[in-house]
Amino acid sequence: MTASTASVISLQHIQMTFHDQNGELEVLRDIQVEIRPQEFLCVLGPSGCGKSTLLRMLAGLLAPTGGQLLKADNQQLSVGLVFQQSNLMPWRTVLDNILLPLELRGVPQDAALQKAQDLIELVGLQEFTNVWPESLSGGMAQRVAIARALIQDPDLLLLDEPFGSLDALTREKMGAELLRIWQARRKTVVMVTHSISEALLLADRVLVLSQRPARVLLDLPVRLPRPRGEEARYSAEFQAMAKQIRGAISV
Amino acid sequence: MVITIALFLLLWELLVLLLQLPAFILPAPIQVAERFVRALSDGSLLEHGAATLLEVVSGLSCGVLFASLLGYLLAKSRFLENVLQPFLVASQAVPTIAIAPLLVIWFGSGIFSKVLICALTVFFPVLVNTVVGLRAVPENLRDLMRSMRATPWQTFSQLELPAALPILLGGLRIGATLSVIGAVVGELVGSDRGLGFLINVGRGQYDTALVFVGVLTLVCLAVLLYSLVVWLEKRLLRWKLD
Ligand SMILES: Nc1ncnc2c1ncn2[C@@H]1O[C@H](COP(=O)(O)OP(=O)(O)OP(=O)(O)O)[C@@H](O)[C@H]1O
Ligand SMILES: [Mg+2]
Repeated sequence: MTASTASVISLQHIQMTFHDQNGELEVLRDIQVEIRPQEFLCVLGPSGCGKSTLLRMLAGLLAPTGGQLLKADNQQLSVGLVFQQSNLMPWRTVLDNILLPLELRGVPQDAALQKAQDLIELVGLQEFTNVWPESLSGGMAQRVAIARALIQDPDLLLLDEPFGSLDALTREKMGAELLRIWQARRKTVVMVTHSISEALLLADRVLVLSQRPARVLLDLPVRLPRPRGEEARYSAEFQAMAKQIRGAISV
Repeated sequence: MVITIALFLLLWELLVLLLQLPAFILPAPIQVAERFVRALSDGSLLEHGAATLLEVVSGLSCGVLFASLLGYLLAKSRFLENVLQPFLVASQAVPTIAIAPLLVIWFGSGIFSKVLICALTVFFPVLVNTVVGLRAVPENLRDLMRSMRATPWQTFSQLELPAALPILLGGLRIGATLSVIGAVVGELVGSDRGLGFLINVGRGQYDTALVFVGVLTLVCLAVLLYSLVVWLEKRLLRWKLD
């Protein structure tokens, strides 16, 4: 059985229960989601409900204990992962960090270098190509992490609270940056965030999960016109959706 | 630096002159220098120095190799760690110097017993540091490697090794000087070669200047090894220094 061609990946009745010495912990219960090509999906939910678990599952790092994960054409998806901490390798320069995924695949150096250079330009870090990650600011490091995730041209870009450790201003700038990158590269994006307004400014669709065990409380299409500038926040539609999401999370 | 050494040598010379000490108790610096030149020209210093160096280098290499291999397995397996932990702690509590005579009795006065002593000396610091270093590899980076479908070898060479390297080299730095001491103790206990043997000969013949030559060469050897590891750290850990 394959997923319908309309979705990159289809989650069907996904269950996840962890077993450890303290017994069982049911984290995901009957999750049912279709992820469509080139859409920007944001996942919201209370702390500890299982958002990261869901993302790890999409990344193929974790097998569900129940249900099925169907991929388009039954193929292994290539994924780009970005975490809250940039998780760059401190012993590699910015350029070498970005090159890592291609290095692992044995892509010839010339081709790899060209791609890396393009991405460095895309994320605006030309002057920092050869510096060690330690000397980067949080926002710059996160841009490197995004470039690293993008270089393998992944089917799916997965971001787990990518801007969670940044200050509010940098965070907004990075959101806009991510949108620009997404529009330039047209990736399917799944992003976990704690910020309702961030989700509404970025996403095509917002998924709200419940307290643990997480179920899908709300699967909300966001039909606000793009680009969504500062004014978008004050539109009645935006406010109504924010209210709806907040209501769903707090029950 | 040069001034300090010159001052030290001067004081030493004065001490010998004033107290009228015989050469077999405290030879003057100039006598030690003479003895040094003689030992160098008759080839004995090079022969014995090379023997000690060989023991130390082979011991270090074997010790580091086995310690990092075992450390890797321990870091990967909680079970193995639980089983071996008591033995490792106990073996750490036994000073290598104290068992050096035993090792010489068991394995003879040839090179093997000394190599073994050196290997044992570096073994524990490198083992512990390997485990600590590998455990410190961030889980998210492991996830990242897995998401890119890195092979076990790639995960090792691109993630685990570079991440553990600073701590591993720290273990080597401690172990390197210790193992020179280990080798010489082994030679003192029983051998027919090496700087320890040379020191023994000097002592037996009341040739105290030769003892001094042996000890000084030993110090040089230890400093050399230490600087070698420091140089290695500088080369391999550039990202930590800049
Ligand atoms: N490998 C695991 N083994 C056991 N329990 C786990 C494992 N991974 C996650 N959990 C548990 O599953 C629950 C959900 O964790 P998860 O990290 O997915 O939450 P989250 O929604 O991302 O939380 P946060 O908003 O704080 O990031 C937590 O209670 C966590 O302790
Ligand atoms: Mg999380």
